[in-house]
Amino acid sequence: MSYPAIESTTLVETADGGGDERRRGRLRRSKIAERSESAASRLSSPWASAVAILVAILWTIPSVGLLVTSFRPELDIRRSGWWTGLTGPFTVQNYETAWSGSGGLGPFFVNSFVITLPAVLIPITIALLAAYAFAWIDFKGRNFLFVAMFALQVVPLQVALVPLLKAYVDMGINGTFWSVWISHAMFGLPLAIFLLHNFMKDIPPALVEAARVDGAGHVKIFFQVLLPLLVPAIAAFGIFQFLWVWNDLLVGLTFTDTGSRPITVAIAELAGSRGGQWHLLTAGAFISMIVPLVVFFSLQRYFVRGLLAGSVKG
Amino acid sequence: MATVTYDNATRIYPGSTRPSVDQLNLEIADGEFLVLVGPSGCGKSTSLRMLAGLEDVNSGRILIGDRDVTDVQPKDRDIAMVFQNYALYPHMSVADNMGFALKIAGKSKSEIRERVEEAAKILDLTQYLDRKPKALSGGQRQRVAMGRAIVRQPQVFLMDEPLSNLDAKLRVQTRTQIASLQRRLGVTTVYVTHDQTEALTMGDRIAVLKDGLLQQVGTPREMYDTPQNVFVAGFIGSPAMNIGEFNIQDGHAQLGRAIIPLSRETLAAVTDADNGKIQVGFRPESLDLSSEGSGGAFPVEVNLVEELGSDAFVYGQLAAGTEGAAHISSGAGESQIIVRVDPRQVPEKGSHVWVSIRAGEQHNFSASTGERLPN
Repeated sequence: MSYPAIESTTLVETADGGGDERRRGRLRRSKIAERSESAASRLSSPWASAVAILVAILWTIPSVGLLVTSFRPELDIRRSGWWTGLTGPFTVQNYETAWSGSGGLGPFFVNSFVITLPAVLIPITIALLAAYAFAWIDFKGRNFLFVAMFALQVVPLQVALVPLLKAYVDMGINGTFWSVWISHAMFGLPLAIFLLHNFMKDIPPALVEAARVDGAGHVKIFFQVLLPLLVPAIAAFGIFQFLWVWNDLLVGLTFTDTGSRPITVAIAELAGSRGGQWHLLTAGAFISMIVPLVVFFSLQRYFVRGLLAGSVKG
Repeated sequence: MATVTYDNATRIYPGSTRPSVDQLNLEIADGEFLVLVGPSGCGKSTSLRMLAGLEDVNSGRILIGDRDVTDVQPKDRDIAMVFQNYALYPHMSVADNMGFALKIAGKSKSEIRERVEEAAKILDLTQYLDRKPKALSGGQRQRVAMGRAIVRQPQVFLMDEPLSNLDAKLRVQTRTQIASLQRRLGVTTVYVTHDQTEALTMGDRIAVLKDGLLQQVGTPREMYDTPQNVFVAGFIGSPAMNIGEFNIQDGHAQLGRAIIPLSRETLAAVTDADNGKIQVGFRPESLDLSSEGSGGAFPVEVNLVEELGSDAFVYGQLAAGTEGAAHISSGAGESQIIVRVDPRQVPEKGSHVWVSIRAGEQHNFSASTGERLPN
């Protein structure tokens, strides 16, 4: 739309008779620069930036408060607010007690890993296979099955707790890690299949056809052609599921025994059974927060790319 | 190397009653370059994909060589295909793209490397072997897609509009490259395009399809000289042929002031169903400027002159005062006539020129069936 505008300016310039090459060139360049500036200003209005920064600060203050508190001595925490203790004194006593004191978080931290990793890998593996079938294998009732599968997403998982518990008791795996892995995998699958299916559908069909003509069967198409292209989607869902499972309390609380509790349940007990000791709670919260933070910051570019992928051409 | 045979091959898409490809019968000789051409939706791509095994064949058979491949998986057909959008694997380097099929076939690394390098040399891609497709230009990507097919050394090349994503200049250049490459390799090739110029310039033979039905197969010369029906006549040739519906009167085709003589054979072939009418076609380049009153000459009112340097085309209509102007059409649209004239002597806009059809370059078609009538 703006291109003809440039053209016409140039023409006018020439018609004036004063349009030597240099001036015309400069005119064109300045127009382009103008356009890029206007685009830049539209994207970075100072008001929008100010609001964004304000929101960021407001949302970070509680976390900072928690962080400062967790390093303060117990007595200080009880006596005054965290903002008075910004200059110290600091101690790591809270962390030591929370980690390795009686009922410390150490073993539960490990439990959380033991729960989370399979609970991420199992649904991704199954969802990849299912998404491939839904996207590229033409079978009867495919669309119906796909809709039915995704419709499960609207069922609140609380509805399934009692029947699942009964089933696990019947199978004799109640209270083991298996019950948590299976539960998380089941609850994560509809979204995983849906996301990966949509992502696979965005891959040009000609690519799969080219691979078929090149002699590849389903297995080779899946592993050598599609899988490398799906890495952003897998990473995005992986992070999503990791954060969800790591922060989950309900499933962990319902299906685990004392020995297989995840850290979230342990922290809840820290607050519940020793109501007064919330100096330990702050440290415990940070111990459990550190893993999601590391995961998110190290993989966030995949996360963003995965969420955007498909919506943007190219 | 092998022949390709379509034997009554039919494809009906699910949910549709009309076949997309209707009882296609086509024999392609060993080493031949056959071009499937037609307007969009005519079933040419579907025919190609049936040969590739990417579409089911609902009835009939397809043979490669003597082997019935109707129900054979694409990977077992020993064919290579070049796609319209190239379908290069974006995560692989050019060398890996080209060697992918060999790798799947379980060839040794050294053999793959050797064959890829050989193909790269032919296509002038040697320096790009380690690049990813996204770092290549459109023309280079197209060559990689070609290379992927060449490396296979397949029985048949299938090409689905491989040039349509290139700009006009590169398209002409690549066109000749592909044609000469095919001659050199001698591999049977089926090539799909909607561009009749591409078809005429590249193909040993051309097959014109319309609405899933094969209209005519022949060499470019045959297609141009003796189109079997009105559709082929209008489709092959650029600018398109002028075709008009004329009344038959006293052994002549008459439309307004245009009176064109018809031979006895032509008249004998006209049936009652034609209702005293006949379709007469003449190419823009088959018209000579002549003078008023000379035999078979008719006046054309000049609306527009297109000068191309080597040629000039007059776009006009059958001169006014004639009720029949609306009954004649050409590639330029309804009630239009195109005439090729000497580019050094172009007529004025708005003037009238008298033209006559050069002897033997007139095409007669039945008014009822559209089939060709003898001259």
